[in-house]
Amino acid sequence: MAEKVLMKGNEALAEAAIMAGCRYYFGYPITPQTEVAAYMSKRMPKIGGTFLQAESEVAAINMVIGVSACGKRVMTSSSSPGISLKSEGISYLAGCDLPALIINVQRGGPGLGGIQPSQSDYFQALKGGGHGDYKLIVLAPASIQEMVDLTFKGFDLADKYRMQTMILADGTMGQMMEPVSLELGQVKEYDKPWATTGTGTHEGRNVVNSLSLSPAQLEEWNISRYERYKIVERDEVMYEEFMMDDAEICVVAFGIAARVSKNAVMEARAKGMKVGMIRPITLWPFPKDALKNASKKVKSFLSVELNMGQMVDDVKLAIDCEKPVYFYGRTGGIIMTPNEVLNKLIEIEKGEAKAW
Amino acid sequence: MTSKILIAGFGGQGILFAGKALAFTGLKADKEVSWLPSYGPEMRGGTANCSVTISDEPIGSPIVDKPDILVAMNLPSLEKYLNETEKNGYIIFDSSLISKEVVREDVSIVGIPATKLATDNGLDGLANMIIMGKVIRETSVLTLDQIKNSLSQMVPAKKAELLEKNIKAIELGFNY
Repeated sequence: MAEKVLMKGNEALAEAAIMAGCRYYFGYPITPQTEVAAYMSKRMPKIGGTFLQAESEVAAINMVIGVSACGKRVMTSSSSPGISLKSEGISYLAGCDLPALIINVQRGGPGLGGIQPSQSDYFQALKGGGHGDYKLIVLAPASIQEMVDLTFKGFDLADKYRMQTMILADGTMGQMMEPVSLELGQVKEYDKPWATTGTGTHEGRNVVNSLSLSPAQLEEWNISRYERYKIVERDEVMYEEFMMDDAEICVVAFGIAARVSKNAVMEARAKGMKVGMIRPITLWPFPKDALKNASKKVKSFLSVELNMGQMVDDVKLAIDCEKPVYFYGRTGGIIMTPNEVLNKLIEIEKGEAKAW
Repeated sequence: MTSKILIAGFGGQGILFAGKALAFTGLKADKEVSWLPSYGPEMRGGTANCSVTISDEPIGSPIVDKPDILVAMNLPSLEKYLNETEKNGYIIFDSSLISKEVVREDVSIVGIPATKLATDNGLDGLANMIIMGKVIRETSVLTLDQIKNSLSQMVPAKKAELLEKNIKAIELGFNY
């Protein structure tokens, strides 16, 4: 086991990207993710990579399209307002089936919002920030170790399925330090016969494009893309179950909200309440089956999020509204305390809470 | 055992570094640790704080809103967290910057004139480490040897002079 080092989430994530073979980073500074760019600017020149601070987020994501089309591992990072700017390019990446890693260290919104942590870009990440029929693989780290592991895995998934992986972190995950092991294993190389690497390496011309003026062809592209999405939904779901064996209330939370909720679950247990938690690690694919199975055993669900209520809709869909689903959230950059979550659990148990 | 530590003061007082020194020492002592800074426009002036948790168990929330150990390096921070500090906890404050009487019956209250001690001993800017020395002395969260040892790993060799000063500051606070 490698020795653990104390690292900031943003820096640990950047190092993991390098270890995953990423040698191209394009970005534009924005709090609370600027350390990713700062780290890359220091490291990339030393290892023969490219760090480029683009003139804007729009430019950065288009540079990602260019490099990915050439078959190389590439990433960009930003925080909420910057991801809105990148959304056009993300849709183009999806339309071109180009693998890429996109980091969103979320802050409060909408608009310029604030700089403190939030999870209010769930809809943007999951329901399409850009236009068209597409999905992103969305990973939600809840520790600095997961910032590292999911970045490494995120590149792999992107290459494997020719998809775009988004790491949906938040300000606390970017800014906090925890011990982390950087023993990440072997990088798996994928053949990219579609890459635009010149005619010397393959027969004929490779063209990477999202445009088709033939409705029949565009429909065919979309259908085949969704067939790939089905495989991802079948094979790549990740989640953590915590104290679910005899649970009567199931908390559903991801990222920092799951860390806070875990404390609340333990405090509820200490009071003799039967509470457990399911923490989605992949937000897409969403752990629908785990929730559906839980709905057969528990009496109710509580979705805890740093927003006005976004994932809670997916919880209701996953369980076909078979059990009441409650919601607790804080927004604007405020993080709930474990006590607030505990109070909500007590309200639910007493039958005093109003379902979502 | 879990120690939730909140270090708070003005930006520029070395609040975040002091917290990092504790967290890094905890890591070296095979503990679970987390370090979470306040971030934003407070780099110079304004308030800065950081949450440090050192535990034998995996850490849930890294946010310390009710500290077992409050280290206050200015009055606003003390006033903000005085009543949030857990029962039987510690409030350790810089008495050269906070002249107000600190009253709570159910916690240990320790004042140390860290900023004055720093100036008097040619250790300007190291009040943060002087007060850390006192934290180590008063609480059993980590030992003096552990933090001295980890500082030598945190400070790069080419900045040996800085290491010496930091260790001197820690010892000064510890022995005060």
